[in-house]
Amino acid sequence: MCLAVPGRVMDIEERDGTRMATVDFGGVVKEVCLEYLPDLQVGEYAIVHVGFALQRLDEESARKTLELFAELGLLQEEFGDPWERAAEPGDASSAGGADAPEEVQQ
Amino acid sequence: MKYIEEFQNPDLARRLLDDIHSVVTRPWALMEVCGGQTHTIIRHGIDQLLPEQVELIHGPGCPVCVTPLEVIDKALAIASRPEVIFCSFGDMLRVPGTGRDLFRVRSEGGDVRVVYSPLDALKIAQQNPDREVVFFGIGFETTAPPNAMTVYQARRLGIANFSLLVSHVRVPPAIEAIMQSPSCRVQGFLAAGHVCSVMGTREYPELAERFRVPIVVTGFEPLDILEGVRRTVLQLERGEHSVENAYPRAVHPDGNPAALAMLDDVFEVTDRAWRGIGTIPDSGWRLSTRYRDYDAEYRFSVTGIDTKEPAACRSGEVLQGLLKPHECEAFGTTCTPRNPLGATMVSSEGACAAYYLYRRLDITTAARETSPVA
Ligand code: SF4
Repeated sequence: MCLAVPGRVMDIEERDGTRMATVDFGGVVKEVCLEYLPDLQVGEYAIVHVGFALQRLDEESARKTLELFAELGLLQEEFGDPWERAAEPGDASSAGGADAPEEVQQ
Repeated sequence: MKYIEEFQNPDLARRLLDDIHSVVTRPWALMEVCGGQTHTIIRHGIDQLLPEQVELIHGPGCPVCVTPLEVIDKALAIASRPEVIFCSFGDMLRVPGTGRDLFRVRSEGGDVRVVYSPLDALKIAQQNPDREVVFFGIGFETTAPPNAMTVYQARRLGIANFSLLVSHVRVPPAIEAIMQSPSCRVQGFLAAGHVCSVMGTREYPELAERFRVPIVVTGFEPLDILEGVRRTVLQLERGEHSVENAYPRAVHPDGNPAALAMLDDVFEVTDRAWRGIGTIPDSGWRLSTRYRDYDAEYRFSVTGIDTKEPAACRSGEVLQGLLKPHECEAFGTTCTPRNPLGATMVSSEGACAAYYLYRRLDITTAARETSPVA
């Protein structure tokens, strides 16, 4: 959970007085709060941690990091089913290695 | 053993490694602070590719691992209350408290939910006005601003059935404690990149100066680690001790000013106990007096908790870099990810888990080769 994952802003809207965005993390889409990076624009990349954009990132490094994370299974760890993982701690964490998550690579 | 061909850019990796090999003249011990960096190092065998003189010591940078047992036990007690919906990040589910964990509390009927973001917990509070929603707010400087914002939003929107069980920790006081320990061997630090994305680098020059120790802000991809090691070793060989930013694509020297302002508003610095290590002065945050109403510890005055650390677990030494995980007697025998004795074996960022996942085969083979019985 300490990792931060790069994602691309797809759209932005004000909700309950808070600046929120839909962000694409290599196929997984999540709601992200932009209050800490208020000038972030649609199409730009940022490092996102637990639903908050924390720092801008250039597109090339964002893409490279995302590829690497998918390869290492880290996207699965971040966005996969935590109950499943907790039920099978040993096996599930090692799945983070070789068999990269299919659903997040699409 | 891993091979350099597995690196994203093997040519660049080879160049960085050649560079490191060519400048090293004597032994150096560097500590990587972040648990994510530890996993990269072990998974890619970076420690085995480096010159023998360069030793990487794993630091205390796994937030799940350093959360004190007492706090876990408080979480378990609060999560067991019938009126509570207890929300947490997924990696806390299997962290052992005294005798059980959150996963168990849920199977016993507790309403434990996993959220991706603390804002999701706030949403759950909005949707369940007749329940008490508690979010387990742990983590380093990267996670503290999101949690701070969530409490700020709860107050702004007048959501009264939401509170935070806070156990945030700060990296610089931990570095200080490590350097002050008489058994400290660390001569250089690879500082945690994402912590610095928020905090910037302003806390480090004083530490680098006082302990005459190079501090290089480092990312957590394999090439980032090699570059961090290269720069730290270069400084050491030249007798320098400054702060360098080897992760400029994500770290601005001033950090994130909006996040820093929110941290200042919602939290105040406090002494904090680190699991297995003990209390480090000023090493954590708690909610400031203004936000006391949102503090789950006040709301649910949990008392009478009798915490018991498993005696066999040596994760305190592992977290301080005094012991490598496989040197622990319980490693891989009575302690495995399936049946963990300590949080360092549970957490996806824990050092014991990294060795178990990526090094177990190497270690057992080596043991067989050296054992007279085999
Ligand atoms: S191997 Fe298990 S018992 Fe030993 S230090 Fe690590 S977590 Fe604790």
